Amino acid sequence: MVMEIVCPAGTPAALRAAVKAGAHTIYCGFADETNARNFPGLNFSRAEMAEGIAFAHARGAKVLVAINTYPRAGDESLWHAAVADAETAGADAVILADLGLLAYAAGNHPNLRRHLSVQAAAANADIINFYGAEFGVKRVVLPRVLSVPEIAAINKETEIETEVFVFGGLCVMAEGRCSLSSYATGLSPNMNGVCSPASHVDYVEDAGALSAKLGGYTIHAVGADEPAPYPTLCKGCFTAGEKTAHLFEDPVSLNAEHLIPQLAKAGVTALKIEGRQRSRSYVAQVVKNFRAAVEAVDQGRALPEGMLARLSEGQAVTTGAYKKTWR
Amino acid sequence: MELTVGPNQFFWKAEEWGALYQDLATAPVERLVLGELVCSKRLPFYQNAILPALETLVDAGKEVLLTSLALVTLKRERKMTAELAEAGVEVEINDLTALAHLPEGARFAVGPLVNVYNEGTLAWLATKGAKRVCLPPELPLASVETLVRAGQEMGLAVEVWGHGRVPLAISGRCYHARLHGRIKDNCLFACEDDPDGLEVDTTDGKPFLSMNGVQTLSDSCASMAYQIETLRDIGVSALRLSPQSVGFVETCGLYRRRLNGEIDADTLSDELVKVSGGMRLSDGFLTGERGADWSGKAA
Amino acid sequence: MEHQDALTIPRFPSLLARTLRYLPLAPVSLALTRLTQNMAKQNAAMFRRLGAHDHACFLLDPTDLPVTLCLEPRGGHPKVSLHRHPPAADARIAGPLAALIGLVHGAYDGDALFFSRDLVIEGDTAAALALRNAVDDAELDLSAEVEALSGPFAQPLHKLIELAERRTGVALTRHEEDFLW
Repeated sequence: MVMEIVCPAGTPAALRAAVKAGAHTIYCGFADETNARNFPGLNFSRAEMAEGIAFAHARGAKVLVAINTYPRAGDESLWHAAVADAETAGADAVILADLGLLAYAAGNHPNLRRHLSVQAAAANADIINFYGAEFGVKRVVLPRVLSVPEIAAINKETEIETEVFVFGGLCVMAEGRCSLSSYATGLSPNMNGVCSPASHVDYVEDAGALSAKLGGYTIHAVGADEPAPYPTLCKGCFTAGEKTAHLFEDPVSLNAEHLIPQLAKAGVTALKIEGRQRSRSYVAQVVKNFRAAVEAVDQGRALPEGMLARLSEGQAVTTGAYKKTWR
Repeated sequence: MELTVGPNQFFWKAEEWGALYQDLATAPVERLVLGELVCSKRLPFYQNAILPALETLVDAGKEVLLTSLALVTLKRERKMTAELAEAGVEVEINDLTALAHLPEGARFAVGPLVNVYNEGTLAWLATKGAKRVCLPPELPLASVETLVRAGQEMGLAVEVWGHGRVPLAISGRCYHARLHGRIKDNCLFACEDDPDGLEVDTTDGKPFLSMNGVQTLSDSCASMAYQIETLRDIGVSALRLSPQSVGFVETCGLYRRRLNGEIDADTLSDELVKVSGGMRLSDGFLTGERGADWSGKAA
Repeated sequence: MEHQDALTIPRFPSLLARTLRYLPLAPVSLALTRLTQNMAKQNAAMFRRLGAHDHACFLLDPTDLPVTLCLEPRGGHPKVSLHRHPPAADARIAGPLAALIGLVHGAYDGDALFFSRDLVIEGDTAAALALRNAVDDAELDLSAEVEALSGPFAQPLHKLIELAERRTGVALTRHEEDFLW
């Protein structure tokens, strides 16, 4: 069976571009704190979501609604409404991370399919099966801390579908378990749906060099002609002991296209592309490439030549934790 | 308010590890959480010291719990986590995997590395048998207040991060090993040289973070010195103090005196800096703009 | 880790750019304002997408031209002005004209251009992001908008576009997500 391509859409235009480019499934979120890409100018109003889902369904594609931040104490109704509205809009599933919200959705919207967000960082078969038993989770998005053999082992021990990231931004930390951003800026992925938010970024260009600061902390400085990564905290250049380097991760993004055959063998159901903050043109480009790749793998052909690196952060790519030596 | 000593987050030699808990047996704290939180590879080095420490502390009248690992991925780690449930000691889960192994209805505690952000999650954990929850350190005061109130209705005690470098992230990758040009599987225990983590500065020399194997912490040491009255008034049941290699027993004593009203916030924070050998303090997650902020006077 | 060559973005010919120094700015500014207001009528959603930034002031600075464009969305009643010496603004987005127009037409990805340093963002990054995302969603076609424009304002713009199209190879019409890279 052809592996499912799960593609991001930050705007209705990106959703349409992704569907036309051959995405099997699109994921997107409402324009508020309920989703983990709560960026300026992005995401869907209720009406846009319903239209987007209708557009996708008419062309045989599915839409998943990410409601994957952690509801704020005292304001859970905002997140509950998002789940209800996703069901009303015709979503094929919701992607959730919070235990309370999972319990709410399972109890109040039993017919709405539930996926476990990567933000829940469910990293072994025991906890994945537990989510399945407790909340009827049908699919889990695996955190980016696992190697391919570990993913294969998980799939042997669970009936729950697995979805893995193959392209785009790369969390270095276990997802949903990182407060680096709120330490420096007050805003975090878990609470606010943003990491290293643009509102706290300052670029200072001086004599051709570009220095990027986040919340007043210098994350990196690059020379005139070097690639300029966004100042994501965990990909900054810092000093520890005698060493000044990208201590946590280089400014790279994930590209696992060459691992698709192995991921297929490992029993992975769906391949996920990161990037709801990227343009419709990026989305279409990446989808075309990956759709061609999974078709090739399914038919036992060689993978088409990759042409995705140019779209990548800092124009350098990694296979991340899929290769054990990354750790 | 009570004082809970959280699990030591760093990699210490077995003798030093054991000595800390020997000293803490007479410290004015109600509760201690023992065990390995951060990296399963560390445990064999001091595993034999855990049981004696546990016995000493229980004999001294302390409540003692065992923590789970913060991130469970490997087969060995799953086994460790499953065995925790059989140890006969109350477990503090810091990865939900531990909960999957607890017998139905068993009483347990929830540590600060489990994402408890709202009443729904608190309620679900309570139905599973949670009796005590230490909230994630990044929660603002308004959330703490709501959760304490909700917890009271469910018979669940709520604790907050009171003192110590803040655990900010956990990863599959070991940064200490990476710093030394190694991979995690062949780390040679590089983290052992940094009993309070390794300081990570920005390239223009500003202290920022602290590296501790697969864990990343704040450079600053969170301290609720100035928030004690607020936290007590909203009904927080305990403050969590996280072990550090220098002056920790004195630190526990200082917080107790602050809770007793014997010293004020200024004195406490001055003394904390003194006994630790010059740590930087923060309390921004609770009341500030951001985690790194400090509401006390500048150092 | 692998690296790959960056894409090449056409630069506006410098000789031609120099002639723009003598362009009368006031009528072109008026024409652009009119154009943008027409677009605003048909693309209300684009301005809604700006959210809290819908009264910000954006400088769009084609680095291969001797002029800078100042865009003020003014909550859906936009104003555009051209400047030889850029005024103060909330955010500045600078890059070759081809990159800026290519972004509008969905031929380029903003992040990719930024990573490759073809695009520079200064000032309020959140505002700049909001603008980029709003424009990306609007699926604009600038030359169609210009074609639709009539009256005294149309003339200078038609001329400018024609000139540019002939001489640069810049993406002046919307691309159906087919790619220049």
